[in-house]
Amino acid sequence: MTTPAPASSRRPLWARVPVISHLRQSIGLQRGMLIVGLVLTGLFLLTALLAPALAPYGFAQLRGPDGAFGATQPPSAEHLLGTTQGGYDVLSRLIWGSRTALLVIVVAVVASILIGVALGLISGYFGGWLDRVLVVIADAIYAFPSLLLAIVLAIVISGGQSSMWGGILAAALSITVIFIPQYLRVTRAEVIRIKSEAFVESARVVGASHARIMIRHVLRNSTRTLPLILTLNASEAILTLAGLGFLGFGIEPTAAAEWGYDLNKAVADVSSGVWWTAVFPGTAIVLVVLGLTLVGESLNDLSDPRLRKRAVGAEPVEDLLDPAHATQEASA
Amino acid sequence: MTTTSDAPAARAGAPRAWAKKPGGSLGRYLAVRALLIIPTVFILVTTVFVLMRLTGDPITAAQGGRLPADQLAERIHEAGYDRPILVQYLDYLGGVFTGDFGTTLSDRREVTEVIATFGAATLELAFYALIVAFLVGIPLGRLAAFHRDRWPDAIFRVGGILAYATPVFFAGLLLKLVFSVWLDVLPVAGRADTRTELTLSRGDGATGIYLIDAIRTGDPAVLGNVLQHAILPAVTLGLLTAGVFLRVVRTNVISTFGAGYVDAARSRGVSERRLLRKHAYRPALIPIVTVVGLQIALLLGGAVLTETTFEWKGLGFQLSQYLQARDFVAVQGIVVVLAVIVAVTNFIVDIIAALLDPRVRY
Repeated sequence: MTTPAPASSRRPLWARVPVISHLRQSIGLQRGMLIVGLVLTGLFLLTALLAPALAPYGFAQLRGPDGAFGATQPPSAEHLLGTTQGGYDVLSRLIWGSRTALLVIVVAVVASILIGVALGLISGYFGGWLDRVLVVIADAIYAFPSLLLAIVLAIVISGGQSSMWGGILAAALSITVIFIPQYLRVTRAEVIRIKSEAFVESARVVGASHARIMIRHVLRNSTRTLPLILTLNASEAILTLAGLGFLGFGIEPTAAAEWGYDLNKAVADVSSGVWWTAVFPGTAIVLVVLGLTLVGESLNDLSDPRLRKRAVGAEPVEDLLDPAHATQEASA
Repeated sequence: MTTTSDAPAARAGAPRAWAKKPGGSLGRYLAVRALLIIPTVFILVTTVFVLMRLTGDPITAAQGGRLPADQLAERIHEAGYDRPILVQYLDYLGGVFTGDFGTTLSDRREVTEVIATFGAATLELAFYALIVAFLVGIPLGRLAAFHRDRWPDAIFRVGGILAYATPVFFAGLLLKLVFSVWLDVLPVAGRADTRTELTLSRGDGATGIYLIDAIRTGDPAVLGNVLQHAILPAVTLGLLTAGVFLRVVRTNVISTFGAGYVDAARSRGVSERRLLRKHAYRPALIPIVTVVGLQIALLLGGAVLTETTFEWKGLGFQLSQYLQARDFVAVQGIVVVLAVIVAVTNFIVDIIAALLDPRVRY
């Protein structure tokens, strides 16, 4: 089916782009939350992209022109956020760390969407024993504490020790496996709903192949909720990465900067009153997750007309559909 | 099928799809639900086994590079890791069903013994955390619902999101920094002072749950010491869960508040405060039961990180120790046991939910 010709009453294209249209619909507190989230997310993306230009030193740099940085130096003019026990510059590792986080998010989310949506489509469309098996497996994985699953997968993928790409892939794929059931579940539910619609039946009557019906008619109509899960999952990915890093599955400090690893090293510092090695990377995680969560929650509320808040009108009922909140232990 | 509109219901709904028969009996529901545990546990055990063996055997992982090749091969042979993978798998399954999860490589202890020794500490921590979560999450959720869309609600909601956005170990580090290092009012780490721990372990039939053991000594100093050590870890782990409770209570109170029977009561002249407390609040608490069940997985994952932060010597702390020692037999054992605990807890929670709410049936 072709997309209907744009009617003259339709809003201009730029106003129909997902996030912008949401922003235009929002009011009051909801708009404030969305804007704060977008700003935080934007800052995170910029930092990650411009890391080489922003960071004063390299993430594994131990000495500058004036000799070694020195271990656990408090914040000063040379080292705005101080140095770590290992003698790294905290600010530089903070900035480079955003790059690692972004890479993990991108790999994890892309892989889990591709696999999860494909499985959900097949499972929902064909049904039968394959559907049952997939659903039971997805449910078992879903009930599994996700951090533990991530640990097992990190062992499998990297044997626990990691180069930059090894570490990023290990973290990303562990997160992927946790997310696949969510995408599978959501897509499957939509597919089951849509495949009984009249237009699917008429396509079948016309003689369209399964592949064509699945992709053109069903898939295109069942991706409505994906952007919402995507933002929520991105924040979960960061928390899982940090949790893995904190447990010692981080990426080696010489391979890339990773916030969770830095926090792991900061546990001993805190007891002796050294606060800057813990507070800054931790705050970075909180701000990024906060930004992504605010965007995700706002989009979630705004996309559902029942939950959307209007200037005057009925009470919004926040929904709890997003499974991300039920399974955030990894995160945590 | 469940009719509650929250995540747990959506989650639990999927496996029941083929058993959907409206108006089934409670007994039938319980039976089907109990049978479903078997494939779940089976899949969990199999998944972990397959994944852990994909990379090779645990002895090479632990000793690789440190032992000469012939000695390594001999140890692998002794432990049976050179047998066909299917034989190993059946052997492992048999072990699991008879309660034998293997012996750790690094300190040569039975995994079951490790779990018995350290499980009590994790159980205690999870229990404290749930109390904190209830005490904080439920009243604040109710308050947020009562003041919905006004500033207290906004503050609580942002607070709830912050509680989610803060990694539990970072929250722990911050609390430690403020209360143990700067203010110096609470202990930095551990479950009790060394002397207190000695006193507790000397008692006859010590349960390993320090709270119970301390009460049994009858010494207020011992009890005080144990409680002092528990505050920060409990708050750290509890706040994580409290954020989820707050959301659920808020949402449910708001939706029950709009129900017809509340309108009816309002039209009879019942005060708003009483409407909230008596009419909207109580039915809103039922979904909490299911949410608590889901939180068990979250709590156990969070406990691993909290215990590592506070050197709380429980299963999670032990797990991270074994991870660092690359003792994958121990890791596999602990992970499987924790996963089974989660599956069984979910089962129990589903049963409680079915007993409480007659709409939850197959």
